Amino acid sequence: MEKECIDYLLHLADDSLILGHRNSEWCGHGPVLEQDIAITNIALDLIGQARNFYQYAAQLINGSQNAGSSKTPSLDGGFGGEASEDTLAYLRDRHEFKNCLLTEQPNDDWAKTILRQFLFSSYQYFLYEELQGSSTPQIAAIAEKSLKEVTYHLRWSSEWVIRLGDGTKESHQKMISAIEELWKYTGELFEATGYELQAASENMGVDPSSLKTKWEQKVKNVFREATLPYPDKVSMKTGGKQGDHSEYLSHILADLQFMQRAYPNSEW
Amino acid sequence: MNNFFRKSYYGDIPEDKGGGDQSKQPSKVPSNGADLGEASDWPLWEIFIRSKQGLDHKHMGSLHAADAQMAIENARDVYTRRMEGISIWVVESKYIHASNPDDAENFYEPAEDKVYRHPTFYDLPDEVKHM
Repeated sequence: MEKECIDYLLHLADDSLILGHRNSEWCGHGPVLEQDIAITNIALDLIGQARNFYQYAAQLINGSQNAGSSKTPSLDGGFGGEASEDTLAYLRDRHEFKNCLLTEQPNDDWAKTILRQFLFSSYQYFLYEELQGSSTPQIAAIAEKSLKEVTYHLRWSSEWVIRLGDGTKESHQKMISAIEELWKYTGELFEATGYELQAASENMGVDPSSLKTKWEQKVKNVFREATLPYPDKVSMKTGGKQGDHSEYLSHILADLQFMQRAYPNSEW
Repeated sequence: MNNFFRKSYYGDIPEDKGGGDQSKQPSKVPSNGADLGEASDWPLWEIFIRSKQGLDHKHMGSLHAADAQMAIENARDVYTRRMEGISIWVVESKYIHASNPDDAENFYEPAEDKVYRHPTFYDLPDEVKHM
């Protein structure tokens, strides 16, 4: 059980960390100053959520190590043998990350960034709504706090989808292209992995397939208002939650982890 | 790179940037996402925030937005991220009419020698507190 439980927490944390990092790449480059601040706020919210989940995961990892089970080498290197939020974020390799492929997709233009946020926030909204009832008090508390943030992310990104979809000819076309590029990564959100099913069976987590209908309804409503077509079934790309990532994650991690890898234990 | 930032002084908002001329319709979206110069299509909004303890909305500053809804959300992101407020008002800058600095002499100076307008010439009973 312990391993699935930790994997589940890492999955939740990785989703937030990687999307937060992607959004942070907009810092100083937003299309207007006010939106630059908005997307950076969202990046910080997501990284904050990731920290909460990592901290709890680290606590469980250290607990199980003290109990004598085998160590995971990559989690304690350079940090005095104890797992921490930092070792989990900075010292794991690509295949150990359990974020959905959607979250690691590149920003490209504002339309794609907005759509990625909208698709993910819709999912995260229904996920956290359910996680508030988790039998694990820490998860329920993180979900309750984060849901307030995600409610705003969803509102903000929904309005941008509508604004761009129902905007000019060019903005509409950019949204169509964004849908074409990102839709194939939405299936993975609802495809349960072993650790998710295990977490759900213990009422600690949620079986994501149970969120699909609500998510589809939300996306359909917003797309309709945005005059965007709801896509037909396409072949979905999956694997991120199992550690099978695109090359994009390597670049993110090179950026994200460089400092701790090059100068272990450095502080500022 | 085009001009990213553009200064507007109060009472000095250029007509083409949201002041005066109301016939010009701003576009709903920037026509080129990467070009901040396009943001000047968006009108300027004045932002008023009421803090937790405050009874009234206070002017915080101004920002650009395509419409009122976006202005409120931008204000939320720009001006309330450090717990400054619990209520937001926005008003398009072009609807603010300002006094002319040239009028200062006849507007404000005549009040300078009229101290009797302050209610400081009354003897207050001790029972009256907080005056």
